[in-house]
Amino acid sequence: MDLKVEHEMHKRRFSRNAGLGFVLVGLVVLVFGITIVKVRMIGNVPEAYNAAAGLPTAEAGE
Amino acid sequence: MSDMSADKSITSGFENEAGFSDYYALLKPRVMSLVVFTAFVGLMVAPVPVHPFLAFVSILFIALGGGASGALNMWYDHDIDAKMKRTMNRPIPAGKVTKEEAFGLGCALSGISCILLALTANIFAGLFLAFTIFFYVVIYTMWLKRLTPQNIVIGGAAGAFPPMIGWAVATGGVSIESVLMFMITFMWTPPHFWSLALFTKTDYADADVPMLTVTHGREATRKHIFAYTLPLAVVTLGIAATSIGGWSYLIVSIILNALFIRGGWQILRRDDAAAEADDYKAERSYFKLSLLYLFLHFSALLLEAALKSFGWGGF
Repeated sequence: MDLKVEHEMHKRRFSRNAGLGFVLVGLVVLVFGITIVKVRMIGNVPEAYNAAAGLPTAEAGE
Repeated sequence: MSDMSADKSITSGFENEAGFSDYYALLKPRVMSLVVFTAFVGLMVAPVPVHPFLAFVSILFIALGGGASGALNMWYDHDIDAKMKRTMNRPIPAGKVTKEEAFGLGCALSGISCILLALTANIFAGLFLAFTIFFYVVIYTMWLKRLTPQNIVIGGAAGAFPPMIGWAVATGGVSIESVLMFMITFMWTPPHFWSLALFTKTDYADADVPMLTVTHGREATRKHIFAYTLPLAVVTLGIAATSIGGWSYLIVSIILNALFIRGGWQILRRDDAAAEADDYKAERSYFKLSLLYLFLHFSALLLEAALKSFGWGGF
């Protein structure tokens, strides 16, 4: 008996699942990238924190 | 029962199951390409520089928002899509995707694209994208598309917002330059589609969608095409005088407008008998020119921005 394990339906489902997988991984990479860029744009966080808290910063301390 | 028939009986219910490409088709990829290009130009010509990665991601989310509008449009219009030859192979009328799936996908992508654009760029850009989706889906698709023969004008407005969103990503606001970029696509869309409607046999009437060629006749459509060509020239030439214009843009715009007005005049001066005699030659060439017209105007703005970065460009 010749049983066909792989049907065209399975290929289609695989393409759908793989596509969705790529989209989700892509979204994670994008959000991670946005986070990195945004954090770098903020600059030195402890310095900003010190300034906001009224503590001496590196520039003011010189 | 043979093995072959057994195999078919098991899988017969799944033969029309959607693949990944069917969900992608819901996003109207060809419309997305226009959205990407004009939003990119809007972002690049803005006076405020944007980090390249944030610019790339912002354009991606604007495109995703455009795709979400497409999916919601197909969800609402599934009944008329099934009646027209041009649209009957879309995923919902073809039976690949259910209308509920399209609705869910459209809503999810709308939310994701607007929120992530707001986080990536600024709140204003995110809200602007949300308004654009609302305008296209609710104002155009649900309300006015089936009500007025000016539906193309309303739909054109929705398609014209992307350069303004691109500009908002960089600047966080609106200015005369971004409004004029909106006006290019807004004024360009009606003559572009009406010229297409003159030489293609559309079946909008079967779907009860009022098209100008059917409701007001083909002669009125010819007048409308020429009438839109003139203010379009004023808008496109007016951009040359703003901060994003310059000599190279002005030269390109003068040439394109001269050709476009000439094409509109030729369409106005002839009737359908003359058009049928030469297989709608003037209408076809006007339609092709309209594609080039939009692309070259936005390309010229991009060229001006590139020249300005080298200290050239402008007046």
